[in-house]
Amino acid sequence: MLLNQFLLLAAVLFCIGVYGVLARRNGVMVLMSIELILNAVNINLVAFGAYRDAIAGQVFALFVIAIAAAEVGVGLAIVLLLYRNRASIDLDTVDSMKG
Amino acid sequence: MLRNVWVIPLIPAVSFVLILFFGKRLPRKGSEIGIAAVGIAFALSLVAGVQWIDHVNDAESAAGGGESASGAVLSAAAEEHDEADQGPPREGEGQEDHGVAGEGQGGGAGAGEGEGGPAEEGGHGVEPVVTGVTWFEIGDKPFEVGTFVDGLSVMMLFVVTLVSLLVHVYSTDYVHGDRRYTHFFAFLSLFTAAMLFLVVSRSTVQFITAWELVGLCSFALIGHWWEEKPNSDAALKAFLTNRVGDIGLLVGMIVLFFAAGSTFDIPTINTLANEGQISHLVLLVASCSLLGAVMSKSGQFILHTWLPDAMAGPTPVSALIHAATMVVAGIYMVARFYGVFWNGLLIGDSNINLLAVVGAVTVLGGAGLAFVQNDIKKVLAYSTVSQLGYMAMALGVGAWTAALFHLFTHAFFKACLFLGAGSVSHAVHSFDMKADMGGMRRFMPRTYLTFMVATGALIGIFPLAGFWSKDEILAGAGQLGGGGDGYVLMLVAGVLGALMTAAYMTRCVYLTFFGEPRGAAAQHTPHESGPRIVVPLCILAGLAVVAGFVNLPDTGAFSGIPESLALRFEHYVEPVAPYFPEISHPEFDIGIALVSTLVAALGISLAYAYWFRGAFHGGTERSRALRAGYRVLENRYYFDHLYTGIVAGGIKGPVAKAVYWFNQNVIDGIVNGVGIGARRSADWVYANIDQRIVDGAVNGSGAGAEGSGQLLRRMQTGKVQQYGAMLFGGTVVLAGIIVFAF
Repeated sequence: MLLNQFLLLAAVLFCIGVYGVLARRNGVMVLMSIELILNAVNINLVAFGAYRDAIAGQVFALFVIAIAAAEVGVGLAIVLLLYRNRASIDLDTVDSMKG
Repeated sequence: MLRNVWVIPLIPAVSFVLILFFGKRLPRKGSEIGIAAVGIAFALSLVAGVQWIDHVNDAESAAGGGESASGAVLSAAAEEHDEADQGPPREGEGQEDHGVAGEGQGGGAGAGEGEGGPAEEGGHGVEPVVTGVTWFEIGDKPFEVGTFVDGLSVMMLFVVTLVSLLVHVYSTDYVHGDRRYTHFFAFLSLFTAAMLFLVVSRSTVQFITAWELVGLCSFALIGHWWEEKPNSDAALKAFLTNRVGDIGLLVGMIVLFFAAGSTFDIPTINTLANEGQISHLVLLVASCSLLGAVMSKSGQFILHTWLPDAMAGPTPVSALIHAATMVVAGIYMVARFYGVFWNGLLIGDSNINLLAVVGAVTVLGGAGLAFVQNDIKKVLAYSTVSQLGYMAMALGVGAWTAALFHLFTHAFFKACLFLGAGSVSHAVHSFDMKADMGGMRRFMPRTYLTFMVATGALIGIFPLAGFWSKDEILAGAGQLGGGGDGYVLMLVAGVLGALMTAAYMTRCVYLTFFGEPRGAAAQHTPHESGPRIVVPLCILAGLAVVAGFVNLPDTGAFSGIPESLALRFEHYVEPVAPYFPEISHPEFDIGIALVSTLVAALGISLAYAYWFRGAFHGGTERSRALRAGYRVLENRYYFDHLYTGIVAGGIKGPVAKAVYWFNQNVIDGIVNGVGIGARRSADWVYANIDQRIVDGAVNGSGAGAEGSGQLLRRMQTGKVQQYGAMLFGGTVVLAGIIVFAF
């Protein structure tokens, strides 16, 4: 089975997601990048599950998708409120917790 | 009663508080409480006296066994006891006096030895009645307070309560309408309580407390009319002069406290002194210190000057405090601590000692001063000084019983004289004999009569009280002392004193009661005082007549007197116990009695010739020596000048300057030096320790906290992505550690 290819794909997706989370200034883009990270994890779970012929990997992947949906719901609500208050969703300007 | 004698001082003390709080609201302004309290105290004192006589008789019958002599003594004493029992209920003077006679003789068992009787019997002694409660303990050493009752205490209880009662009654008339009437009675009560407390004291601490209390009452009552400057000055003078002597009292008591092995117990101190367990030197120091207290309290030269000034107080006060009771506290103290004085001054073995000399000087000095006074109360005051000198002299020559007997009789006739003088001045509103009196016998026959009786007793006319007591003192001075020579100087002083007493009293009587009325006495006709003044006078005059019979001699010309009547006072008052030295008694000497009587008669006749007949007048104009003598007397031997001018002036001048210099240069130098040193070291501490070390530590910790905070705050950017990056970096590091390390 071509496990290496799945793992490589997952690693690439994870790296793109991490870059997006750390580098993008747009709040919506940061949320999308988080989705990329979670999906990279999902690919890993499904790939290992198929590789070891175990159903648990797919069950975990389903859980992750559900939780990711809830997480995006909360995240988008925050971004929406941010936009309403500041007319901007640039994360660099959100630093009122600066010490 | 003898064991519960503490009740007697307590009653007037309670009365003092009651009068102070409720007196003004009562119908008679508090005087009724005072009279009732002193009356009860007097009744209880009589009971105590009767019980003491029983006590002495019991001790004798127990000691005497089947000896016939003791049987005689016993029956004799029983007679006395009966008399004493019957005395109080009867109101008549004469009868009451008998009660007094029986009572006043509480005392030692020594008289059993009388004439060839079983002298050993006296050796068993009569135990005093001692009670006590532990006041406090230091370590395991208890300090007790309590009562110490023997014949001396009982006799004093009787004298104090009786005179106090009569003075209370007298005062209701004399200070009637006074603005501080209630306070007057309150202080009379307090004084009575304090004096009674003094005479039953068991420990020296109690003794000193009571001693100071009577001084305080004296001060308050001398200054009763303090609105007038001389009165408050006199009160202060009395108080301050007494303080001088009180230092002696304190020193003496402290010496005795340590000498007797840390005890305040008076019988123990005396017993140890008698048994020779305290060295002679210590006893000498103690008795000399205590002598200072005697000199101030009992008006002995050279601290007598306050007593005449104390006459600024109301006359009843003069009679009670400054004649009959308080001023004899010093005499009482010597009598109470006789073991100390006897052994300290070697009274039994010497022919001259300090106490006797002080007494003799006082006899003559006081009598001399009485000649030049125009104020009737001052004549009596100097007379009191002189008579107190007799008592001190008697104690000094070893005639203990004679001294106390004189105290006993003197209390009555001198109180009578003072109250009589008060009665006269009440009528003429003046004390000045020369300016405002004269011829008073026509206006005040009863006062005149009682005054004459008391004068007779004071001079020592044959059957009156003063004759017996003064004669006993003179006999003692002639016969006691070491080597059988007697105290010759004291005898001479005593006889001269008798001469002068007779003369100055004749002068006083002449100026007051004879001649033509002058001044106030002439302007408005004086009248006899009311019954509340006259009745106490009569009672006291009656006592002045009969008080002498309680100690009839049974030797010499009086050897025919039955033993049951003789020396009752000595028998019951003089202690025969380990705490009292074994003193010897003088015998009645007809020669001395005759001489003293003749000398008194000579004094009277000289004075009579001078004042009544006008002989030798103009002596002071003609003779320079006489004039100088008169001036010395008039200035009271310059004692007041000595004290205010030389002693006080000396202190104010050079001594004060020296002290000021010392103060400025030495004490201020030390103080300033200490101050400067303290300031310098404080400056150094401030600059180095406080500013550098303490502040450095505080500031350093603050600065460190701030620096680290500044460093750390850079991380708190508030940027979510930066936090995320750190989180991620941290995870990577952890993952690397986990992967490569394990």
